[in-house]
Amino acid sequence: MHPAPSVIFFTTFSGLGFGLLFFLGLGFPAVTGWTAFAFFAIAYVMAVGGLMASTFHLGRPERAIKAFTQWRSSWLSREAWCAVGALVLMGLYGLGLVFFDARWTAFGILGALLSMATVFTTSMIYTQLKTIPRWNMKLTPLKFMSLSLAGGALLAGQVDAALVLLVIGGLVQIYTWVEGDKALASSGTDVASATGLGGIGTVRAFEPPHTGTNYLLREFVHVIGRKHSQKLRVIALGLMTIVPVILLALPFSHIVGVLAIASHIAGVLTARWLFFAEAEHVVGLYYGKR
Amino acid sequence: MTTLPAKTEKKLGLVIDLDTCVGCHACVISCKGWNTENYGAPLSDQNAYGADNYGTFLNRVHSFEVQPEGDAAAQLIHFPKSCLHCEDAPCVTVCPTGASYKRVEDGIVLVNESNCIGCGLCAWACPYGARELDQAEGVMKKCTLCVDRIYNENLPEEDRQPACVRTCPAGARHFGDLGDENSDVSKLVAERGGMDLMPEQGTKPVNKYLPPRPKDEMPEFDVLAPFLQPVAEEPKGFLGWLDKTLEKL
Repeated sequence: MHPAPSVIFFTTFSGLGFGLLFFLGLGFPAVTGWTAFAFFAIAYVMAVGGLMASTFHLGRPERAIKAFTQWRSSWLSREAWCAVGALVLMGLYGLGLVFFDARWTAFGILGALLSMATVFTTSMIYTQLKTIPRWNMKLTPLKFMSLSLAGGALLAGQVDAALVLLVIGGLVQIYTWVEGDKALASSGTDVASATGLGGIGTVRAFEPPHTGTNYLLREFVHVIGRKHSQKLRVIALGLMTIVPVILLALPFSHIVGVLAIASHIAGVLTARWLFFAEAEHVVGLYYGKR
Repeated sequence: MTTLPAKTEKKLGLVIDLDTCVGCHACVISCKGWNTENYGAPLSDQNAYGADNYGTFLNRVHSFEVQPEGDAAAQLIHFPKSCLHCEDAPCVTVCPTGASYKRVEDGIVLVNESNCIGCGLCAWACPYGARELDQAEGVMKKCTLCVDRIYNENLPEEDRQPACVRTCPAGARHFGDLGDENSDVSKLVAERGGMDLMPEQGTKPVNKYLPPRPKDEMPEFDVLAPFLQPVAEEPKGFLGWLDKTLEKL
């Protein structure tokens, strides 16, 4: 899959933003007034900024509002509803904390649940695709949610929770890579089933339909990025989990906290780039590529 | 609504004969010609006259080489590919806006372009690469089964079939109702063992592909063989004497 920057930024930052909103909604940290304002501002910049970035890859962004109509069948539509629901409820909850010094717990808890539901629906957009075996597994939502919670805990300054969640997120990520590497082969889809010609003999893509490129190749067949995938996995895991865990184990200061957050974000961005670049869409089989 | 109909009245689709297709790409051109100036947005090209040119097509012809077991000759099979109008079309259910839908009356999968936001998710969900996002219009394009031809009473009756079928010079493309057991296309599928592409993806394609017929066996036999003298392994007579003599020198 083509690793479009808009989608990488969207999934990374909305994941972090909604992760932070989850902890704020549950009252960790139990802040009010201008401190609360600062926390909520960071969460909203990330969550809303991520959602805005996602509209950049649309062919017709001016019609984006229509994406709210198909919640019965479409995970993308469900994501839109969960995101707006979470942002509205958490906005009301934040309003109480910042301006009225009041904790409207019901809004907070519901907002926290909807924040996680948003991350879950985002992950289901990818998980539902049988055409991309590397994404089509239960580990995908687990990975998105564990990383969102880890990043959220880190941003919320919940050091103990962050330590545990970072390690869980890292382990889920490693397991996803191990299982993902086997996914295409075990999906049963290959050039023989794609063409139905496997009964005659060994099928090989001989000539593509066109001399140039096309939308399908540019969107779905991205083989360049996989060249350094092993090195990038190590870098991603190091920045995302190992460095923040070491930093958090040190005596806490704000500088160490900021460094841990910066490292974690850089790691998640790298991992998310790999999530797209390494994903093989079965349509590549028709072109003799994967 | 982007939920799929439980049942469609007809299952209109194509039957493509891989035994007959000669790979001329006439269907590709007639498809682009008809569909760029009729239903929906035109099929644009980018840098059409430059080195790095590409464009939107609803039908593309791949070529595959198949090497049978043993030393039988390899076969080259031309393979036209367009939307298969699947019964369980994954492209329809992922659509967040309701732009993609499957028609109850004939099973054709269409895009209502004025509702399409160009998110591309339907193209991600399609295993066959049947959908392409038009780079000029920003909306998803796909085979309409020439919905503006097949019911068009302004056209002569022989033209009321998809442009690709109408133009195929080899007769490798057939159009009809695959939901009707007695239709010509259904009979053809039954007779020739029509197959689904990527059945394991669970899409239940309506379009069927007819596999190439088995090739004739070429006997291991040369008509001149009986007239040829076998080559002597050991030289005899004068040459044998010469050979031995030269060896001794």
